[in-house]
Amino acid sequence: MPDQEKFVFASPAPGGGAGRPRRRAPARAGGRRPRERKRGRKPAPGAAEPVAHDPAPAPEGGGGRRSSAVELARRQRDISVSEFFAKNRHLLGFDNPSKALLTTVKEGVDNALDACEEAGILPDVRVEIAQLDETRFRIAIEDNGPGIVRAQVPKIFGRLLYGSKFHRLRQSRGQQGIGISAAGMYGLITTGKPIVITTRTGAKKPAHHFELVIDTQKNEPRVKRDDVVEWNRAHGTRVEIELEGNYRGGQHSVDAYIRQISLANPHAQITYVPPKAEEYGAEHAFPRVARTLPPETAEIKPHPYGVELGVLMQMFRDSRSRNLRGCLTGDFSRVSPRIADEICTRAKVSASRRPSETTREEAERVHRAIQATKIMAPPTDCIAPIGEELIERALRAEVEADFFAASTRRPTVYRGNPFLVEVGLSYGGKLSAEESITLYRYANRVPLQYQQGACAITKAVNSTDWKAYGLQQPKGALPIGPMLLMVHVASVWVPFTSESKEAIAHYPEIVKELRLALQDCGRKVSAHIRRRRREAEEAKKRGYIEKYIPHLAIALQEILGFDEREKERTIETLTDVLERSRKM
Amino acid sequence: MAARRKSGSGKSAPTRRVTRKAAPGGAGSYEKRVQATDTETRRQIDQTAERVHQTIRKRGRPDLRLPVRALSNVSYSNEQGYLEIGRQMKVRTLSVNTVKNFAQTLRMMALSKELIQNSDFATKREAYYISKNWEECKFDEQVESDTVMDDIEALFSVHQVAREQLRFYPEEHGGSVSGPLVVVDRDSTGRVSRIDCTAFGSGAYSVPSSVEGLDFETTAAFVLLIETGGMFQRLQSHRFWERANCILVEMGGVPTRSVRRFVRRLADEHGLPVYAFVDCDPYGIANIYRTIKVGSGSAAHINRFFCVPSARFLGVTPQDIVEYELPTHPLKDVDVKRARDALKNDPFFQRHKPWRQALEQLVGMGVRAEQQALAKWGLNYVIDEYLPRKLQHPGRFLP
Repeated sequence: MPDQEKFVFASPAPGGGAGRPRRRAPARAGGRRPRERKRGRKPAPGAAEPVAHDPAPAPEGGGGRRSSAVELARRQRDISVSEFFAKNRHLLGFDNPSKALLTTVKEGVDNALDACEEAGILPDVRVEIAQLDETRFRIAIEDNGPGIVRAQVPKIFGRLLYGSKFHRLRQSRGQQGIGISAAGMYGLITTGKPIVITTRTGAKKPAHHFELVIDTQKNEPRVKRDDVVEWNRAHGTRVEIELEGNYRGGQHSVDAYIRQISLANPHAQITYVPPKAEEYGAEHAFPRVARTLPPETAEIKPHPYGVELGVLMQMFRDSRSRNLRGCLTGDFSRVSPRIADEICTRAKVSASRRPSETTREEAERVHRAIQATKIMAPPTDCIAPIGEELIERALRAEVEADFFAASTRRPTVYRGNPFLVEVGLSYGGKLSAEESITLYRYANRVPLQYQQGACAITKAVNSTDWKAYGLQQPKGALPIGPMLLMVHVASVWVPFTSESKEAIAHYPEIVKELRLALQDCGRKVSAHIRRRRREAEEAKKRGYIEKYIPHLAIALQEILGFDEREKERTIETLTDVLERSRKM
Repeated sequence: MAARRKSGSGKSAPTRRVTRKAAPGGAGSYEKRVQATDTETRRQIDQTAERVHQTIRKRGRPDLRLPVRALSNVSYSNEQGYLEIGRQMKVRTLSVNTVKNFAQTLRMMALSKELIQNSDFATKREAYYISKNWEECKFDEQVESDTVMDDIEALFSVHQVAREQLRFYPEEHGGSVSGPLVVVDRDSTGRVSRIDCTAFGSGAYSVPSSVEGLDFETTAAFVLLIETGGMFQRLQSHRFWERANCILVEMGGVPTRSVRRFVRRLADEHGLPVYAFVDCDPYGIANIYRTIKVGSGSAAHINRFFCVPSARFLGVTPQDIVEYELPTHPLKDVDVKRARDALKNDPFFQRHKPWRQALEQLVGMGVRAEQQALAKWGLNYVIDEYLPRKLQHPGRFLP
């Protein structure tokens, strides 16, 4: 079943039924509700804290409304989720109809892949887009995952929430963090059509068919249909959403997304049915090139170096440790009791102080002391690369080129966060030689299709000297040549430049690693380019012999006046002599 | 003005040059001389082709040996009096990389042989266009065909064969000549013309592209080389050649090959002293005068025919600027650079102390003066005062 944490609900909405009208409370965004503890599964460490606190802020954090708590509380009830959604579309990836289409597909595919991987199943994902009229589309995403138990379905698909992965330090796809329910909501708002789910958890279990709408006033699921149906899959989930959209080509298109996601997920089989497939008979299959699932990645505790002051204060408040020493050693990675004491001494705060009682000033001193203390880098085994071999195989399967190379760097650390960079490269073949290279950017196997110019990956590619590797390159721009680059940054916490999460921030450590990986691939391709040039040169030289030797013979004939036979013989001898000299 | 020997040949049928009309005396009869050089040129072409052909027949890779045409292979010989090409040879062996150039060189030689046989010539530009018939072998730009011509010239220079003998002529012809000189010329029909260089009125005789076929009759005492057309006009229209009994030659900047050869033959065959009268600046001294006197570094393989080692520098000297209080212009950076370069790198100037001093003086003053600056003292001051005064003491001319 899909990663449930992505869809964590603040309220214990009874399975399948419509809950009480409640204000929605994002699990991570600050709303810590005592009731959350009732949830069977506990989310990330930073979340499970029932500390009494003033009421959770309004979803959109309306800072100016704090005048009256009573009024605030009433108004919170009145906020319609659809209104919130309409106001925040751009944050959620629904800025415009084309992007809405893409985001919906992305959320669906991310969920499908996550669900399969968590269950240890090799993903087999089918994406269908049907164009119903000019602006209306029906998107269906189907996987062979573990399925979802009937009681959970409405909870997962029927409420709109923020992502829950904010504090969870683990390499995972769901950085977009809005969930499929947002897509369902968007569909509902634009078309009024319910989200349709078919799911089955095993061959011996029945397949369930749901039609859900979200009560946009109350943010509650409302089940329109709940049937048992025949389904030819033994297990899996199919989600269908109808929405207003716009299907376009280009680098921001769904087509580009599918191609890119399949490159970064060689273990997945992806079938894509684009709109008007009936017309062109086009069903694109992106075959599986590897039969091994990516290793499951461990969740790690935050490293002290990467923790901001605000987060640190919150961790102190939420800590279950009785003293600061325990909090530092228990809630952070790589902090031994000795290091914890060192930090406390440096901060002039008692190590036995209760964390939740520390003042802001004390926390600030601790924060500064952390930066001044030498702490071992965090473990890096929590990062799982795609791997050089698989990248190369994926590229070979997808890209028609002459040469392939890949380079995976060892994990390293920026600001206390482990990360890893890998680069795949294809060169030649049918790739266009006249234009800028194609650059595919990935964060945790998810393609980044927007804001190419703002991304550290682009910066690293532009600042690499590709001329040295035999490509053309305008100053400070992408190189020109028949090349496709895929660049993957994997991290427990990928630093994005902004909320839209489409560009990676320019941390020097990350740019450096990117450059090293790019240079490694550059060296490999440069050997290939040089070899190609030599071969072309050879062919040209062979042509030279055939071209100019007759003229040499003509000139000798004109000067010396010998006959045609002698001329032919001269040509023959000379060709032979030169061919032999060339081989030596 | 049928002065240019070759001007009619393009129209006339390619008749044999061999003419029955007797040539007047000179250094050897005209006929013999032309025949001898043509025979030698053809022999060189045939020999080269034969050597290449034989090597191929023996299944070897033929090569061409050219003197290295670089300043590193040039030295100044005091005895010979010109910049001499050294012994370094560049061996161009036939290979995949050189096959195009090799073919072009041989085709160019074949063209040369054909021109000699037809008693015709081709300008460098014409030769470039002829190559357009050679399919892949054609030259894309004229510089390419010029380079190949220079290669052949260098190849044969050891045997006294220059480009003019190969029948490849430059586009530009020489400067103007006037004075007590009769040029005996023949056009390609063999008709002899006797050209009196005093009979041009306010005009002048123009040196043809190739001067090998000319004969001279003169009573002049010396040759005066003049840099600028303006000064030549003044001396010519005031019949200075009569007063000084000299042949006036206008060079128009750095003299062309034909002018250099023309003057050289006058000097050699009639024992005439040659005096140069140029602007007083590093260009006039280090480029114009140096080239006429000892040849150029870049074409060192032909200097032995084309320079005039007996030439002397009449003026304008740096000292003249002082003595005649000439109006001056400041030296530009390029001028200073050229002068310093001559002092530092040019073997000719290094060899002659008076020149080193003169150049130092010029750079020290930081000014230059033109020939025509003498007009400050009156338009004909140069005729009435400057040149006569100078010519009283040819021994004081700079070497």
